[in-house]
Amino acid sequence: MTVAAPFHEAEGEADPAMERWGRLLGGGWIVLLLIGLVLVFGLLRPAQFGSTYNLSMLAVNAAILLVLSVGQTFVIIAAGIDLSVGAVLVFASITSAQVMLHMSGAPGSTYGTTQGGWGVVAAGLAVALLSGAFWGAINGILVAVARIPALIVTLGTFGMALGFAQLLTNGVDVRAVPETLVEGIGSGAVAGIPMLVLIAAAAAAVGAVVLHLTRFGVHVFAVGSDREAARRAGIDVRGRLIAIYTLSGTLAGLAAMMSTARYATTTIGGHALDSLGTISAVVLGGTSLFGGIGSIIGTVVGVFIPIVLLNGFVILGIPPFWQTVATGAVLILAVWIDQLKRRAREHR
Amino acid sequence: MTPPPLLEARGIKRRFGNVRALDGADFSVFPGEICALIGDNGAGKSTLVKILSGADRPDEGQILLGGQSVAFASPAAAQARGIATIYQDLALASELTPFENLFLGREELRPGVLGRLGFVDRPSMRRKAAEQFARLGVRLRSAHVPVSSLSGGQRQSVAIARAAMWADQVIFMDEPTAALGVVQTGRVIDLIRGVRDQGIAVVLISHNMPQVLAVADRVEVLRLGRRVARFDVADANVNRLVAAMTSGTADHGVPA
Repeated sequence: MTVAAPFHEAEGEADPAMERWGRLLGGGWIVLLLIGLVLVFGLLRPAQFGSTYNLSMLAVNAAILLVLSVGQTFVIIAAGIDLSVGAVLVFASITSAQVMLHMSGAPGSTYGTTQGGWGVVAAGLAVALLSGAFWGAINGILVAVARIPALIVTLGTFGMALGFAQLLTNGVDVRAVPETLVEGIGSGAVAGIPMLVLIAAAAAAVGAVVLHLTRFGVHVFAVGSDREAARRAGIDVRGRLIAIYTLSGTLAGLAAMMSTARYATTTIGGHALDSLGTISAVVLGGTSLFGGIGSIIGTVVGVFIPIVLLNGFVILGIPPFWQTVATGAVLILAVWIDQLKRRAREHR
Repeated sequence: MTPPPLLEARGIKRRFGNVRALDGADFSVFPGEICALIGDNGAGKSTLVKILSGADRPDEGQILLGGQSVAFASPAAAQARGIATIYQDLALASELTPFENLFLGREELRPGVLGRLGFVDRPSMRRKAAEQFARLGVRLRSAHVPVSSLSGGQRQSVAIARAAMWADQVIFMDEPTAALGVVQTGRVIDLIRGVRDQGIAVVLISHNMPQVLAVADRVEVLRLGRRVARFDVADANVNRLVAAMTSGTADHGVPA
């Protein structure tokens, strides 16, 4: 960072590297909170909380939410919101599971697992990703071209995607999925690390690289910071917004396959609250609901906080319902701190 | 002999419904000068600037850039020909840093495969931005903080430095010091002179007559959609400018 030396005035300035990390992590206090939680639970119940099995389960529990939250991070940094991710996940899992079932040649009411091989799984994945991208593109077009508020657009597609998923199945989950998928992905592991965790880590890593190192990422921040300024600077704001929502939808499609693999069934009723979970994770991670500020690393931390809280409460014997109370309080605190920081900066 | 105008408007007409915003307006700006464009509210300054910067199109009339007739289909088309506009709202992305704003929409990519994948070259952009700020004498509190945490004058400086980075012909500035205090106004005016000294023509739209007289090399006056007077600043004073703005009295030769 020494190249920028001519900028510095004599008066003190925080170390640029520190400042950059501070921005990436949204101020850092939420990281300290997560470390604090892990330390407290780890010290109180080292045997249970710190066990390899428990830590691995924590990561698996976080995996699906993390993939959704990566997309949500892009959307919120671009000053949008995507309430539809949970419903898009359900829709994509239904379409992909039905295709896989059909290709495996099993009748529609089969329970358990089918014999479909990797080819069937790959086709299912393609269908899931395309289904997700489809809904994401609809969100993006309605937000960017029709200029309908994202809150309303994605609330609408939330209902539509869930409704279509139920129409496709008469409301009954597809309960037969390829054994290959469940064994290989759902409960598979490489070098002791669950496949689901590896997939989520890869999605987050790619997301972080795209967001923080590429021109597309710069434009995401620019669109969220000031849409008009971005437009006047020659950025194709509409195209970027459509791409951002499509990315979020596509990641919901990926999460759909992970969910199907993990539970060996679609879960029509199980993802209604996922959108809220991702929004709270993203905001906890220091991404501003007003757009223009945020990071994937912060979102990773934000995903783990409610999951570690729940796990810790269960292990400590505290009624697990306290987890939602605690997460809600931390969420409000996070937004409050974000606003205080903004106000402090703008009144300088 | 004066050199030919760099950018010239001849007989520009523009109507909005029954309103004649421009009624045969002429305007010219010469290389390496600061030209003030003044006029009362409704005289047509904004419309003329929009037309000259590609944001609007004339109903009639001709625009000449370097003696060649041009028609700008969009602000981007005008920018491609080296013409930029700084509006009062600056159009900076306030959460991004100064260097990111300088390169907004024109990000440099890393060489090789990474560049083809869309990876931006931050060190290079940061270095070039630092050079640009140094060349223009802009001293920012920090290059690493978002633009929103800079003062109004520093934000204006970032906007001007950005325009000067990409426009090599003409920069239009709409009331660049309207919202600034005395010290910051002085710095921004120094910066405007610095831009001119790089050979870029500056068109300054302002209501502040003393400032116009202090900064501009030449003044062109619009009234009711026409140019009614132009002055060398040495021949102008506040009374003459105000008289030209309000009554159209031209005591200096205006071509018909």
